[in-house]
Amino acid sequence: MDADADTRPVASESTRDADDSAATGSPDSESDEQRPLEAEPTETETAGDLEPAAESVSFTWAGVRTGFLTCVPVALGVGGYGIAFGVLANQAGLSVAEATLMSATVLAGAAQIVAVELWADPLPVGAIIATVFAINLRYSLMGAALQPWFKHLSPAKIYGSLYMMADENWALTMRDLKSGSGRGAFLLGSGIAIWVFWVGATIVGALAGGVIGDPAQYGADFILTAVFVALAAELWEGHSSLVPWVVALGTAVLAAEYLPGRWYILLGGLVAATVEVIRYDD
Amino acid sequence: MTTDLPSALSLDPFIVGVILAMAAVTVLTKVGGIWLVRRVDLSERLEAGLSVLPGAIVIAILGPELAAGGPAEWGAAGLVLLVMWRTENILLALIAGVVGVVAFRAVV
Repeated sequence: MDADADTRPVASESTRDADDSAATGSPDSESDEQRPLEAEPTETETAGDLEPAAESVSFTWAGVRTGFLTCVPVALGVGGYGIAFGVLANQAGLSVAEATLMSATVLAGAAQIVAVELWADPLPVGAIIATVFAINLRYSLMGAALQPWFKHLSPAKIYGSLYMMADENWALTMRDLKSGSGRGAFLLGSGIAIWVFWVGATIVGALAGGVIGDPAQYGADFILTAVFVALAAELWEGHSSLVPWVVALGTAVLAAEYLPGRWYILLGGLVAATVEVIRYDD
Repeated sequence: MTTDLPSALSLDPFIVGVILAMAAVTVLTKVGGIWLVRRVDLSERLEAGLSVLPGAIVIAILGPELAAGGPAEWGAAGLVLLVMWRTENILLALIAGVVGVVAFRAVV
């Protein structure tokens, strides 16, 4: 919700014209930097920056629009998880409004699904917050990777855009920026697409979850496990995932046996990360 | 669980608080990296450790869950994996898993 409000002032601030679609307008000299042909030679002197492609970064409506449209097919896939999340949230006892609020404000698929898995009657608040934080730590790395381009933008634009960052639109944004498009608003636009589909699918799933009735009868109790198997298939990075995953598996199975609550989840992740840090050779 | 309007729209203040706390730590992770990168140089070693976290946590969830299940759940999990592998379609994989678990439970 508040992220949507962010987009207006940020985007309308940039009175500049579209960098790609409407190149005909704006005869003023300010828009020079937007034209790739002129921007390349003139801007090179500005700094000894690492990325040459990062030097003409703009923040325009056209950039938002391109990001949004590019991301729609991907966002449809995100909607698949969104429906599953809505159903699971409903089964865990969250109301439709609460599930929707979570999707609108947290906007982090895997973390939300794990949180709902942890949901129980006294709510393990500490475990939930710590686990969400641990799962989302990767966003820090992803955000940092945008620095070569984002350092040309104002803090409001940077942080407004980063709020909308999810795995899928981050990957699309990196591809777009590396191609030298200079579309600083791509992350925001693609993030809006993710947000709309994620929140919309959550509502659909949460409403559907209430109709399902006895979950086990239709195998609905298995949805969560299925979601995690699917997530695992996507997160598998080949050979390099083997050691951390075996470590996580062993730790979690042991910890689940001897520790109370759901701390084995966080523990499994942290032990695997620690082992990775130790065995990393550069 | 019913879907009548009042209960669907109910917002428990405590749960809202937990959700907002989740949102706060998530925002912290999303903006923290770029904030930090101007000040500290994150070592590649640490990066490697952080990057295995999501996958490792998913496995840490799955392990005990599957261990507590039986042949029907294991078979269905294999089915999800197979469909994901072949189609990369999440919804299709989930449907296959749910249909699979119902079918396997009827047989086993």
